[in-house]
Amino acid sequence: MLKGIGASPGIAIGKVLLKKDEKIEIEKKNINNTEIEIDRFNDARDTAKEQIQELHRMTLETIGETEAKIFEAHRMILDDPDFLQQIESEIKSQEINAEYAIKKITDAFIQIFENIEDEYMKERAADIKDVSNRLINILQGVETADLSNLDEEAIIVSEDLTPSDTAQMDKSKVLGFVTEVGGRTSHSAIMARTLEIPAVVGVDGITEAVNDGDIVIFDGDEGKIYINPEDSIIEKYKNIKKRYEKFREKLEEIKGAESVTKDGFKVELAGNIGTPQDLEAVLRNDGEGIGLYRTEFLYMDRDSFPNEEEQFEAYKAVAEGMNGKPVVIRTLDIGGDKELSYLDLPEEMNPFLGYRAIRLCLDKTDIFITQLRAILRASNYGNIKIMFPMISSIEELRQAKEILDNTKYQLRKEGVKFDENIEVGMMVEIPAVAVMSDLFAKEVDFFSIGTNDLIQYTTAVDRMNQKISHLYNQFHPALLRLIKQVIDNGHKENIWVGMCGEVAGDPKLIPILIGMGLNEFSMSPISILKARWLIRDLSQKDMKEMVEKVINLPTAEEVKNFIDENIK
Amino acid sequence: MYKIDVVVKNETGLHARPASMFVKEANKFTSEIIVTKGVNEYNAKSILGILTMGAKMGDNITIKAEGEDEREAVDALKSLVESNFGE
Repeated sequence: MLKGIGASPGIAIGKVLLKKDEKIEIEKKNINNTEIEIDRFNDARDTAKEQIQELHRMTLETIGETEAKIFEAHRMILDDPDFLQQIESEIKSQEINAEYAIKKITDAFIQIFENIEDEYMKERAADIKDVSNRLINILQGVETADLSNLDEEAIIVSEDLTPSDTAQMDKSKVLGFVTEVGGRTSHSAIMARTLEIPAVVGVDGITEAVNDGDIVIFDGDEGKIYINPEDSIIEKYKNIKKRYEKFREKLEEIKGAESVTKDGFKVELAGNIGTPQDLEAVLRNDGEGIGLYRTEFLYMDRDSFPNEEEQFEAYKAVAEGMNGKPVVIRTLDIGGDKELSYLDLPEEMNPFLGYRAIRLCLDKTDIFITQLRAILRASNYGNIKIMFPMISSIEELRQAKEILDNTKYQLRKEGVKFDENIEVGMMVEIPAVAVMSDLFAKEVDFFSIGTNDLIQYTTAVDRMNQKISHLYNQFHPALLRLIKQVIDNGHKENIWVGMCGEVAGDPKLIPILIGMGLNEFSMSPISILKARWLIRDLSQKDMKEMVEKVINLPTAEEVKNFIDENIK
Repeated sequence: MYKIDVVVKNETGLHARPASMFVKEANKFTSEIIVTKGVNEYNAKSILGILTMGAKMGDNITIKAEGEDEREAVDALKSLVESNFGE
């Protein structure tokens, strides 16, 4: 069994189609009539442009605008005067064939780009390679990556998948894909989730470990991959897969239904997102809002801070995409374990207790103000709410709100429009805040409980430390008591209380949270329908009784067992 | 021929979005436009060229153009660089 990073949920069982990046052997040929050879090159270029235009159109229709932009970059390369000139002069001066000239020139560019330590340049190197392969394939009459017409269903295994690959892919025949490189946010992972095809990425050695036609089973949640497994394992996964699919079908039926309990308690089921692209998954799963927009992705994988305009565009796209439904934008949560290459922060002994999130923003106010301006401007285009992360004291909250007020004042002075009634809330993820939530509730419009950190801070368990991972437990009675306290205190001041940690999507805890009266649940988009299905079958009155019993249990084990026995 | 020196002042430099803004602007003119950094010359209309140049914040570059609209071209590119590309 191999293990990678689960990138898109679901079980895939099927035959492998190994897509090896064929190292196209290019012969160097002497050409007498270089004029004709240059014509050949220009014809290939025209064909490539047509293909790219078609891919652009297809991607725009089936996937989305952001993905389609990649092909605009490809077109720019095909129109690049340096690129064209160098290839033409190479053909002319060396009297060689177009294929060889293309390869030589693109290799030189790729080398320059790859040698620069910069994510952006590496991506461009991949673009140049994609364009160059396309040109050479056209010249040699090779049909490119035939993922577009597969004979039978298959699991695609490859080093990586390029945007051209995924755009052309025949989605009805692809059971899933496994790639050697990549992480949860790499192109292929994002595509898999968007298309709802199971996928595992970052599997070292997979292209060597399998052959065409091998049977492979993988679990896109856990990232486990079995190659030619025993019958018992195949049977086991077939059953899991069948159950999973039946369940997904049933979930389809409750699209458009209200998220309400049998006795009329209505909640909002929202999605967590990191980029505007994730929006599609929220909409497809019938999310009723965005409960957590993690803006840090805008700041990652680049070499300088995103400017106001860039941020504004991203926030606006999400606000407009949700079409009036609520979008909670969390201000920058960086520092600690999440680093930025262009922000030099000293290494810390306890990053989770360190210089991060709102602490950093209140110190480097220029970064904070740029983001607040962008959020406020975008609020004119939808239903945006602002949320501050990692607040630990009333002073910090007041300071953040003061900066926000000054920013609003400045915008008004400039005559820039924004939502004057924009709601301002905060994460409740530090026990100090949960304990004082009665007073915090008087100063914000909403709470959102961040359970991942609340568990780790409440129980003093580093959630990255494998050795003590058994102590990190969402059923810990202390956590449940704190959550109840926060919800009760919020309701006393008539503010709504949401949750945006993993617990919000946990089927075992959702009933308890319903009993406590949680108003908003924000989770991975793919969990939304399941949560709705569950909630529609609950009675809040019964769950309230459960809560009274659960919070008086002494151990996490007993809490879990009680839920298992009493709530189906 | 018309040319002018300019200092790159935006944080990103002539990279990523600023680079493509620069190239798009250059392509609006018919003149041949060359950017010089140190001893090396780059075609202002080539995204690959401009990215290869890798002009960073604080770098001194020369923009020179030759052709019918050389003056307009150089001025437009200069003010684009001086506007810090809206950063």
